[in-house]
Amino acid sequence: MNKHYLESKGLHLNYSIITNMIEPNLSVLDLGCGDGTLLKMLKNKGINARGIDINQDNIVKCLEKGLPVIQGDIDEGLQEYPDKSYDYVVLNQTLQSTEKPDFVIKEMLRVGNKVVVSFPNFGYWKVRFYLMFKGKMPKSRILPFQWYDTPNIHLLTIDDFYDFAKSQDFKIEQKICMTKAKVRKSILQKLFDNLFTEEVIFVISK
Amino acid sequence: MIVETKYYKINETIKLESGRELKEVEVAYETYGELNGTKDNAILLLHALTGDAHAAGYHEGDSKPGWWDDMVGSGKAFDTDKYFVICSNMLGGCKGTTGPSSINPDTGREYGLDFPVITIEDVVKVQKKLIDFLGVKKLCVAGGSMGGMQAMEWALSYDEMVSHVIIIASTPKLSAQSIAFNAVGRNAILSDPNWNNGNYYHGEKPDKGLAIARMVGHITYLCEEAMHSKFARRFQDKDSPDFSFDIDFEVESYLAHQGKIFVDRFDANSYLYITKAVDYFDIEAKYGSLEEAFKNTHAKYLIMSFSSDWLFPTAQSKELCNALMKNKKDVSFCEIESPCGHDAFLLEYETQTNIIKSFLKEEVNE
Repeated sequence: MNKHYLESKGLHLNYSIITNMIEPNLSVLDLGCGDGTLLKMLKNKGINARGIDINQDNIVKCLEKGLPVIQGDIDEGLQEYPDKSYDYVVLNQTLQSTEKPDFVIKEMLRVGNKVVVSFPNFGYWKVRFYLMFKGKMPKSRILPFQWYDTPNIHLLTIDDFYDFAKSQDFKIEQKICMTKAKVRKSILQKLFDNLFTEEVIFVISK
Repeated sequence: MIVETKYYKINETIKLESGRELKEVEVAYETYGELNGTKDNAILLLHALTGDAHAAGYHEGDSKPGWWDDMVGSGKAFDTDKYFVICSNMLGGCKGTTGPSSINPDTGREYGLDFPVITIEDVVKVQKKLIDFLGVKKLCVAGGSMGGMQAMEWALSYDEMVSHVIIIASTPKLSAQSIAFNAVGRNAILSDPNWNNGNYYHGEKPDKGLAIARMVGHITYLCEEAMHSKFARRFQDKDSPDFSFDIDFEVESYLAHQGKIFVDRFDANSYLYITKAVDYFDIEAKYGSLEEAFKNTHAKYLIMSFSSDWLFPTAQSKELCNALMKNKKDVSFCEIESPCGHDAFLLEYETQTNIIKSFLKEEVNE
């Protein structure tokens, strides 16, 4: 999980939105669960949540919070998880860091009834302006890395994701657009979401 | 911490899985820390193949501490300031608990092969008697290798008492390969002329056979990387080969030494009985499937494996973990990077301490 991103301000909004959309007693698998902050919020709501993370320090942090967590690499897939064995599979701000995003999404759709995926939108106007006027790879609050050491190896835009949905044949059930750590619902936002959205949460299903 | 081994004699007959019975079973055990008023702060440590009740601290006059001293004590993974830690020698062993080298009350002589074949279930049944005697109501069970098998058996047999289960470098069933190594060890003992059908307690012991069994065992506890970094192809106390069949290489010398010191502390018949119990252990065969087995258990599980352990490989730990996940159990899994092979569970104590401490930490809901 993108550590700098975790430390940035807007993340708790992400967590609350995801926690709010899932009903108690449902089961959730959180991929790249980090230190377990989201898992803990889900658990406190009475949701049966489990995490997967590759990093042992994160495993320890989750255990300290009393959360069930499995060490594993999501890029290797979820082959140990049966079809439709979770109500939700969550991939929060990690899609752009996976080696094979298409494979990861396919696996998530297989294991979960619904999939929640969030990512920073590379089509956001500030990102575009940065590239256009500075001529350099964009850096911002949610994209803080240098091009050579970024974990964000598969950056994408909202429009890319729409195309992706078509080519991979999955349904977009819900879309939540956020800019400057607030949910935005203005008409302008709705018309030009790819331009005015800094980060986005999609709920998708097969 | 100066500790001493205590003994508890079970007054009732123990009915074994094989249908046979054992009477006047005695259990050697040690405890560290204090049992609390609600009697629910106990941790039962379950030793591996050749371990004993002496898990931590020093016996009066000894220079070496117990086998898991790195993990047990004040502020350690199994924190004796918080927990009442118990460790007992297993049934069939030779370190104070009734086994083939004990006196058979019916004959007044050592059991030898009259000792019944035991299983992990029997071993745990005897531990349960001790736990009841100590007044424990709720406990965490923890063990590595064969100790992990006993931890699983506890979770299955005494679910109502078990709050946490810690399974380290273990498996719900041995692979054919692991059974094969045990078979070689047993054959070494059985073919030693001194073994004499298990009747050797008053004469020469089958030390050669037992030493070879231990040598084979030690190969399986290490891994190629560990052996290479320990010995490479170095010669023992010389620079060139002898052109003889004496010990040339360091690795030969190491194995010979391990074999030699083992025969002084272990009974060959115990080795036969205990390896058999490990070979027989198979949760799937007993319950139909792993999923079915753990369906009605309620404990929290922590499963750990080590990357270079080929005797109890990660895949076997994951199999158990997956069965628990399918049952929606509270299970966590961690594979610890280590170059130490199966032995890692006794060596990599810092990482294990971190993980176990956080797993046992009281949950605080903010």
